[in-house]
Amino acid sequence: MSEGFISRAFRGRRQQGDVAGRLPPGQYLERGFPVLSAGPTPHTPLERWDFSIVGNVKEPKRWTWQELLAFPHETPTVDISCVTKWTKFDTHWEGVSVETLLQQVEYDPNVARYVIAFSDGGYTTNLPLADVLGGKAWVAFSYEGQPLAPEHGGPARLLVPHLYFWKSAKWVRGLRLVDHDEPGFWESLGYHNYGDPWKEERYQGD
Amino acid sequence: MERRTLPGRLTWQRGEVVATEQETARAQSITLALPTWMGHRAGQHVDVRLTAEDGYQAERSYSIASPPEEQPRVTLTVERLDDGEVSPYLTDELRVGDKLELRGPIGGYFVWEASMGGPLLLVAGGSGIVPLMAMLRHRAAVGSTVATRLLYSSRSYADIIYRDELERLDEADQMLEVVHTLTRVQPPGWTDYHRRIDTDMLREVAWPSDQHPLMYICGPTPFVETAAASLVTLGHEPARIKTERFGPTGEA
Amino acid sequence: MMENKLDGNAAAGTLQAIFPFEMTLVQATCAGCGTTNALGATAAYMHGMGTIVRCPVCDTELIRVAHVKGRYFLDMRGVRVLQISAEA
Repeated sequence: MSEGFISRAFRGRRQQGDVAGRLPPGQYLERGFPVLSAGPTPHTPLERWDFSIVGNVKEPKRWTWQELLAFPHETPTVDISCVTKWTKFDTHWEGVSVETLLQQVEYDPNVARYVIAFSDGGYTTNLPLADVLGGKAWVAFSYEGQPLAPEHGGPARLLVPHLYFWKSAKWVRGLRLVDHDEPGFWESLGYHNYGDPWKEERYQGD
Repeated sequence: MERRTLPGRLTWQRGEVVATEQETARAQSITLALPTWMGHRAGQHVDVRLTAEDGYQAERSYSIASPPEEQPRVTLTVERLDDGEVSPYLTDELRVGDKLELRGPIGGYFVWEASMGGPLLLVAGGSGIVPLMAMLRHRAAVGSTVATRLLYSSRSYADIIYRDELERLDEADQMLEVVHTLTRVQPPGWTDYHRRIDTDMLREVAWPSDQHPLMYICGPTPFVETAAASLVTLGHEPARIKTERFGPTGEA
Repeated sequence: MMENKLDGNAAAGTLQAIFPFEMTLVQATCAGCGTTNALGATAAYMHGMGTIVRCPVCDTELIRVAHVKGRYFLDMRGVRVLQISAEA
């Protein structure tokens, strides 16, 4: 146990600064963009890539890469927070809003109350449907003016900046609408089911 | 082979720094006295944990450089990464008398002891030499005559860690051969290799596959993958190749 | 390539904080492809959220571990069978 053990003069690489009010509790400001991979980086060629909305919908829908890009683009500038305590301010993205995509399918919001985002490589994460509507979520394919790099989830990832960044599923391939919540990859391994950084909802029971 | 019963689950222990030694401009050895150390096998590593006053913690793995024969003293050799979070603390800040938290020894898979025999091929990239040096030091400590070859890739002559000790071991021991390759810059009159390791170099240095050597490769991930693939291309059995990747930058 | 992928040996510290025996020598049969490998020979992806050990043949997740608030969450669905030496 490290009861009371302190490494003399160790401070790590966190920066203090005049950013206190804007940082969610327990976070530090990061200038880089750390890569956390749980598995090999997928490399689906764009001509084979598609995005689907399936599950509790009247009719599942699927779009090719070109069809996705044909929807109106938005360019959100957002702060992002990882549960491992780093936050980046003012990250610039380009993508299609999830609400736009959900408008293309028919579903009953009283039944389809949750979505499971699923990705190449098998990653999943779960969210209330309400948390991907109302301008809160995108399928993002550009970061800082460049096509999203594979190690950061390219060609496209989910972007849900109001929650911890593990909810912004890399290599996203679709959303499954469900009537019962299903904990995803990290949610089933001790992490919080919802993940609000402002309430520091990092782990189950927080 | 002496077997050791693991005393239950691995827990954190505290050691005291009793010596530090600069090996190269960027690599430093740190010797620790560990009162509850149970011994280790050459090739194993420890997890080091640093704790700041506000409770923030950072953990990294470091290979043990010293042979088991030196227990309960344990030496780590740390290469300073400019943008590292832990290595600059260990090389720049830590001093004799400081305490360090670690757990170990860890990893029974990447170990060599003299009783395992040979011939033995060790392939090191940069700071990947550390666990292989523990194996060579153990081999010397027990007077083993297992035929051994080390192929060690470094950027320059000044970057060769344990350079003088390797030269002494090489000269004193007919059954040990140390081969260097310097990939970026070579001193005048350099006659060893001067390029990145490749299949041709390994064909010249490694034993033929029908000798069934035990092979250990350690270093940055791309280095390890190139070396392992080359050895398999040369016909060596994958099961006799053991790898320890240090990650893309070398800090595991 | 920026993956944080290491050899299974690197996950040994985490696994040995849970299991009171040498885990890297344990043989695991993959529930995905059925091959059996020593855990030391697998691929370990390790970062601040947890450790994922994957089959070196088919990449199936063998073991997932997170260390959360004083507990270890361990998912071993990817392992069909574990072989552990009975001798100390």
